[in-house]
Amino acid sequence: MTTPLPATAGPATSRRRRGARTWTGWGFVGPFMTVFGLVFLAPIAYSLYLSLFRDRMIGGTVFVGLENYQRALTDPRFWEGVGRVALFLGVQVPIMLGIALLVALAIDSGRLYGRDFFRMAVFLPYAVPAVVATLMWGFMYGTRFGLLGDINDALGVSLPDPLSPDLVLAAIGNIVTWEFTGYNMLILYSALRVVPRSLYEAAEIDGAGQLRVITAIKLPALRGALVIATVFSIIGSFQLFNEPSILRNLAPNAVTTDYTPNLYTYSLSFSGQQHNYAATVAVVMGLITMAVAYAVQLRGMRKEA
Amino acid sequence: MSAPAPTLSTTRSTPDGRARSAARLRAPRRRRHSADRPRRSVTLTLLTGLVLLYSLVPLVWLIVSATKTQEGLFGSFGLWFDGDFALWENITRTLTYDGGVFVRWLFNTLLYVVLGAGGATFLAVLGGYGLAKFDFPGRRAVLAVVIGAVAVPGTALAVPTFLMFSGLGLTNTPWAVIVPSLISPFGLYLMWVFTSEAVPTELLEAARIDGAGEARTFFRVALPLLGPGIVTVSLFTMVATWNNYFLPLIMIKDPDWYPLTLGLDAWNSQASTAGGEAIFDLVITGSLLTIVPLIAAFLLLQRYWQSGLAAGSVKE
Repeated sequence: MTTPLPATAGPATSRRRRGARTWTGWGFVGPFMTVFGLVFLAPIAYSLYLSLFRDRMIGGTVFVGLENYQRALTDPRFWEGVGRVALFLGVQVPIMLGIALLVALAIDSGRLYGRDFFRMAVFLPYAVPAVVATLMWGFMYGTRFGLLGDINDALGVSLPDPLSPDLVLAAIGNIVTWEFTGYNMLILYSALRVVPRSLYEAAEIDGAGQLRVITAIKLPALRGALVIATVFSIIGSFQLFNEPSILRNLAPNAVTTDYTPNLYTYSLSFSGQQHNYAATVAVVMGLITMAVAYAVQLRGMRKEA
Repeated sequence: MSAPAPTLSTTRSTPDGRARSAARLRAPRRRRHSADRPRRSVTLTLLTGLVLLYSLVPLVWLIVSATKTQEGLFGSFGLWFDGDFALWENITRTLTYDGGVFVRWLFNTLLYVVLGAGGATFLAVLGGYGLAKFDFPGRRAVLAVVIGAVAVPGTALAVPTFLMFSGLGLTNTPWAVIVPSLISPFGLYLMWVFTSEAVPTELLEAARIDGAGEARTFFRVALPLLGPGIVTVSLFTMVATWNNYFLPLIMIKDPDWYPLTLGLDAWNSQASTAGGEAIFDLVITGSLLTIVPLIAAFLLLQRYWQSGLAAGSVKE
């Protein structure tokens, strides 16, 4: 029951009561599926189609089979970007979900003063657009009128510049963590709220401590939500675009045009006019994302069994 | 069947209150502090307070900075106010700079949100209801396709979507932003789970027996029960549309059709272009004006969307 759609059992059971299948449901699902076909399915199909062609200077667009894929698989600019987002994923996602988990457990424990304030305040950054979040943090990182400059002045130190090539990935990681910790916290907290309270009372009667309640009741109850949050975070990491793209204005030397696979696709397509190769890179990245997300989901489900 | 208590989704009180009073009815408290009423902890509050600070300090910085002149931004400590309080002046200048283009961007954003997020919510409510309450040929395929497509990186679709929309002559028009915003797979999923819990099938059958058509049954019987779910989905689609950057970035070239996010980015990059005027004070004040409506919506409607999320999103 830990797939992104854990409630499959619900509708399936009520179907038996409903009797014969009719087409009526399509009247309700049809509008969604029509637009979905236009903005999801058609572009996917078109992307696959585009990836099989190449624009030549002479002779126009020609069918090249899998040649673009060969090129992508051996393209160091692409794989560097993949490596970068993989590193980002490996470091940022555990930190973010770890903090989200601790805060969700703390709020759910009922042991905080001002619990509702905590819940809303930690969630608020989610409502801030990536553009604003990146501008804000970018300004604060800055040594000119940023907080970092202030700290340096006040303490007489010179902290390393977060917008230098070495640190900019961590700087982006911090922005993404800031943006999405609260959102993930809320997903986990919502999952904790539906744990039957009687379980806690039973645990208390059995003499279980706080820690035991967390490991024996709360964490197992959270597994499904954690898998969902992880899968969404993986997709998000592999899609990384907004934050590095906006930071480029502030740190053009640190963030290159092929910094992430998505930035690479964007610059191939809109600065280089290489639509076919851009489509290929997008397809390969889509396949990698799906494979990793699927593997994590399978693993998360197996652990539960 | 993982039958979640259907009352969760239809009651409008907060989940905490409900759970607590239910527990109290079941077992009378013997001690002052129990699993139900734990002792408050100063240490835990302080530790969690670190995350709270992390979340709020940038927002405080933004509010404080919006009150400063450009010189003040450079010359004063970031987290405290400068001598002259220039907030109102900054707001006026933000709204009037470059012939009031910020107001134009605000209206564009509102247009995209009303049509995009509004449409997305409507389609998700209809679709979620269809999936939850009807069995129809291809139902399983619909589920499989939608779930599968969610895993496809949205931005991976950008290039072909751009080329398709360009072929249809839709790029550089509002439709290029609105039409893709109409689809919210997360919203569909949320409404599907929410509907299966909040709308009893028996009620629908009763309405049909009384002779109501499908449309009437939906609008008169089901829709009124879906309130918290609809609020939740519309807030989340609203955030997605209001904050959207990538889609308008590729679709819109004409600054007259920019949403706020793209406009702010343009103002910010203006400083690094040759001969461009640096307007960091306006970027900062504009940023503050951009986030205020969403934060207000979340705070004002929190009772509804939080119960909708608890009932719908991640039930075991």
